[in-house]
Amino acid sequence: MSTARTRLAGVTGHRLFWPLVVLVVLLAANTVYRPSFLSVELKNGHLYGSLIDILRLSAPLILVALGMSLVIATGGIDLSVGSVAAVCGAIACLYISEQPDQNSLGGVLTAVAIAFGIALLLGAWNGILVAGIGIQPIIATLILMVAGRGLAQLVTSGQIITINSEPYKTIGVGHLLTLPFAIIIALAVTLVVALLTRRTALGMIIEAVGGNAEASRLAGVRSRRITFLVYVVSAACAAVAGFMMTANVSSADGNAVGLWVELDAILAVVIGGTSLVGGRFYLSGTIVGALIIQTLTTSVYAMNIDPQTALLFKAVVVIAVCLIQAPAFRARFRRRQAPGVPPAAPVEKQKEQVPA
Amino acid sequence: MTTTPLAARGPRAWWRVPQRQVPVLATLALLLVMYGIGVSQYRAFSNIQVVFNIFIDNGFLLVVAVGMTFVILTGGIDLSVGSVVAMTAMVSASLLGDGVHPALVLLIALLIGPTLGFAMGCVIHFFDIQPFIVTLAGMFFARGMCTWISSTSIPITDGFWTSAAQERIRIGENFVTVSVLVALAVVAVAAYTLAYTRLGRNVYAIGGNQQSALLMGLPVGRTKIAVYTISGLCSAIGGILLSFYTLSGAPLIAVGMELDTIAAVVIGGTLLTGGSGYVFGTLLGVLVLGVIQTLITFDGSLSSWWTKIVIGGLLFAFILLQRLVGIRKK
Repeated sequence: MSTARTRLAGVTGHRLFWPLVVLVVLLAANTVYRPSFLSVELKNGHLYGSLIDILRLSAPLILVALGMSLVIATGGIDLSVGSVAAVCGAIACLYISEQPDQNSLGGVLTAVAIAFGIALLLGAWNGILVAGIGIQPIIATLILMVAGRGLAQLVTSGQIITINSEPYKTIGVGHLLTLPFAIIIALAVTLVVALLTRRTALGMIIEAVGGNAEASRLAGVRSRRITFLVYVVSAACAAVAGFMMTANVSSADGNAVGLWVELDAILAVVIGGTSLVGGRFYLSGTIVGALIIQTLTTSVYAMNIDPQTALLFKAVVVIAVCLIQAPAFRARFRRRQAPGVPPAAPVEKQKEQVPA
Repeated sequence: MTTTPLAARGPRAWWRVPQRQVPVLATLALLLVMYGIGVSQYRAFSNIQVVFNIFIDNGFLLVVAVGMTFVILTGGIDLSVGSVVAMTAMVSASLLGDGVHPALVLLIALLIGPTLGFAMGCVIHFFDIQPFIVTLAGMFFARGMCTWISSTSIPITDGFWTSAAQERIRIGENFVTVSVLVALAVVAVAAYTLAYTRLGRNVYAIGGNQQSALLMGLPVGRTKIAVYTISGLCSAIGGILLSFYTLSGAPLIAVGMELDTIAAVVIGGTLLTGGSGYVFGTLLGVLVLGVIQTLITFDGSLSSWWTKIVIGGLLFAFILLQRLVGIRKK
């Protein structure tokens, strides 16, 4: 019996357990509300259904959250991702709209390449501020968050640029191998990031920098270079997300593209079990977190609730997930529930939080 | 960190200003230069009413920024302020629409913000969750409440509210509104609290080094909860001032205000790591934002998005300055 209990404790104690429970509950609630929710059909060789829609719409958030995970792992934060997405989407759409033939693949590729290059520059700017000058990440990226919105509006001259370009639209709503193209991009980026961080030493080095930048530098890690790198990667991810968001609606609105995506991304990362203190990151958790947020948004739309009121639900879910994961809350709760249980696990947990 | 004023009393040249005051003085210089540019470029700018209008248009921002100063001084951050401002305005508007007595509405509206702030402070302190995440949830909650109350804008026609909004307090040939007086009173009270009360000194001590403050026996938890409550109260006052200013409650008003507020506090010379800064600096920071907007309005040919780009540039300049001052100290 005791082994069963420890096994159960092992399962419930896994960092992905509670996020997955929340995701399953959300999906179940949707299915109860609308039994057709889980059905997926094949039309014209493409898969359709609510689940596929959730996956497709969560692709930009997954991308941004991936970049954000790496930044948060170094103990930083990147508030500028929404603005970077807006700037890149605006530049790409502006370039395409000036082409004589908007459907030419070459033109679209050039537009995407230019915008991607700008994103790398913006990421490098963040990286220089944080790693080079040593400004706190939250402030350094706040600069670009505020100014970036202005830049995006400058690019679009305060207008909404609409384009009519099939190749560009593919990024957002196209299909490949029955799946939406956006999912495949997100999946590919996830795989690349996972391979680079978990099959090489890069992931461990990033965590080392997040744990203690000075100690890692003394241990021979070029911590500044790593910090610089994560901001560039984050901006690159944001740029691709920006392409998807603008391609989804075939237009670029400097004000609206990627608005609050930085907050959603940070939430996804935190829900996934990555602490904002840095030193650890869990890509799988981040993806589950992003899916939770998108499922929540989609279910709220499906249930005809005002999207703004949906924020209430988001607040409740965020606080619930964060509380469940907070070591202090768990320890308190466990002690009250079972005073006889030896407090080995809670004590260990509390030790972890002391340096924070 | 907080003992610098003591150390600063030693014999030294009179022209040397204490290093922690350099950012505030830089802001003051910037403000004077920008005002000078305005006066030299536009004849109407020298009218003293322009200055009063900056106060009238930014009174609520000033109050909210004062609350944010408390939070940032402890090294925390409060992202919920903009939503709490909107929620307060919404609640007042909807209660007034139901015919509730204005005094009661005022009381309820002033209680909501601090209650939410207190709750967030408790979660931050007792469960040790980052302020960023907790106040983010608070922001979502308050914004959701706004639309839950009403998805459209509610006009305010109550007699007390309209008279408070339209009252012109004459100063010579010019005038200010009630909101400006309230805002300045809040600034005065906050400056006194930070400089001369036990709570104020605790705030600086926690921002300087929380561990040391704890070891010194200072009430760290109580102070941390207090600053979020104060920030909530300031947001509530700001929300009422905003409802005076617009005479309505709208669910999407004050979106992104938290960024303006943080920018004002940083431009005002408060360190985001906490422990150093003044309410007076925050006042200057808000004025700088106000003068930028006024300059862009006077120019007429510049588009509104230049405001954001200029604010971003200023943020960069001031953070760089703080950094340089910090390096010199070492």
